[in-house]
Amino acid sequence: MLMGLYNYWVVVVLMMIGFYIVIAHGNLIKKIVGLTIFQTSVFIFYISMSKVDGGTAPILVDGVEVYSNPLPHVLILTAIVVGIATTALALALTVRIKEAYGSIEESDIQNQDNLIQDAHSQDALSKASSTDGSASQDDSSQVKHSGEN
Amino acid sequence: MKDLYAVAMLAGIYGLLSAAFFVAMDAVDVAITEASVGAGISTLLMFVVITMTGRSESTVRHKPLLALVVVFITGGLLIYGTLDMPYFGATDAPIHTHVAPRYINDSMQEIGVINIVTSVLASYRAFDTFGEVLVIFTAGVGVLALLSVVRRREDDESIDSTNESLHEKHLILRIVSKMLIPFILLFALYVQFHGDFGPGGGFQAGVIFASAIFLYTLLFGLNSARRVINQSFIQLIAALGVLLYGCVGVVSLLNGGNFFDYNMLASDPIAGQHIGILLIEWGIGCTVASVMVIFFFNFAGRHEDQKNAQSEEESKC
Repeated sequence: MLMGLYNYWVVVVLMMIGFYIVIAHGNLIKKIVGLTIFQTSVFIFYISMSKVDGGTAPILVDGVEVYSNPLPHVLILTAIVVGIATTALALALTVRIKEAYGSIEESDIQNQDNLIQDAHSQDALSKASSTDGSASQDDSSQVKHSGEN
Repeated sequence: MKDLYAVAMLAGIYGLLSAAFFVAMDAVDVAITEASVGAGISTLLMFVVITMTGRSESTVRHKPLLALVVVFITGGLLIYGTLDMPYFGATDAPIHTHVAPRYINDSMQEIGVINIVTSVLASYRAFDTFGEVLVIFTAGVGVLALLSVVRRREDDESIDSTNESLHEKHLILRIVSKMLIPFILLFALYVQFHGDFGPGGGFQAGVIFASAIFLYTLLFGLNSARRVINQSFIQLIAALGVLLYGCVGVVSLLNGGNFFDYNMLASDPIAGQHIGILLIEWGIGCTVASVMVIFFFNFAGRHEDQKNAQSEEESKC
C-alpha cells in the first residue's frame, strides 16, 4: 500500500521543481517564483498531513466528532502572509539591483562585479609598479561599456 | 518560458489552484488567505516589478544538467525518506496524537470560540503569532527603506489630466469595480469579525482589505489612491496594529497573568478570552492590511518616478 504516500510525492515533485528553478535560472524574478513554488510545496505538505479521513474543517459543530488537525492550519495561515511579506522584500531588492546594475541576470551582475574588482586590483598593481597601466585602462573602459548596456 | 509576464500569470493561477486544494483538505482559513495572497497580491507585485525590470529573460542557464542531477538526487532521497511516513489521512499519525486532541476537545471550555483555528492562532499560540506580525511589520519597514521616494507636489495635476483620459478608456471596468469595492471592503470586515464563528480572522481580513485597495489603485491611478489613503497615515496604522497587539499582552501581564493570558482581561475567563482575541485580531488586521498597501504603493510609486525621470530626460533631449 505504497499509494497511501502519494501526497508526499506530489510535495517532493513540486519542491524539486522549485529547487531546480532556483539553481538553474539566472533571472532573479524567476528565482523568486521558484522560491514561491518551493514555499507552497511546504504549505501543501503541512496541510496534507493535517487531513484526517472522514474529518471536517476544524470549526466546532454539534454532531461532528472527527476534525482535521487545526495546528498545521494555524502555522501555514501565518506562514503564507509572512511569505508574501518576504517575497515583497526580495522583489524590492531586485528593483534596487536593476537600478544599480541595469540588469537582473545573475551572470551580468557577476561579470560587472568581476570587472570592477579587476579594475581595482589592477589599479593597485599599477600604483605599485607602473608597468601595468595599459591593462587597467582596458578594463575600466570595459566597465564603462557594460554600464551603458 | 522566456516571457516573465506569462510566468507571473501562471504563478497566480498556481496560487488559485493551491487555494482550491486547501479547501479540499478542510483548511478553509488557509484557503481564504492563499486565494487573496497567491492569486491577488503576489501576482500584482510581480507585475509591478516586471514593468520596472523588463519582460524577457536571457536564455543562459547555469549548467542545467548538473542542476538536474542534483535535483533528482535530492528528490530521490526525500522520497526514500517518505517511506516511513504515516499514510495520507491516517487517524493515528503522530501529528494527531500530540497537542491536537487538547485543542479539539478542550478549546470550547477554555476559550469559548467555535473556530479552533482562531483559538489556537490568537490564544494558545498568541506569542508565536505576535512574532509573525512583527516579521510582517519588519518586512514593511524594509521595503520602505529600500524603495520609498519623496513625493513632489506638482506631479498631481499632470496625473489628473491622464486620469481624465483613462476615465474614457476603461469606463466599464471602472464603474463595475467602483460598485464592487465597497462590497469587498465590507466582506473584509465581515471576515475580520466573523473569525470567532467561521473561517476568518485578522490575517485573511487584512489581505482582502488590501486587495480592494489594490484594485482601486490599479484602475484610478496611484495618486488618486494616495489621496484617499495617506501614505504616512497607513504607516501609522501599521505601527499601531503591532502596538495594540503588544499592549494586550502587557495589560494581561499587569493584571497579574502571563504575557497574553487573556483570562485576566475580564472577571470571567471566557469573556476575557473573547476581548483578547477580538483586540489582537484587530491588531493583526490593521498591520497586515497596511503593510500590504505600503508594499504596493512603494513599488508602484517607484515605477511612476522612473517613468517621470525618463520623460524628463526625453524632454531635455
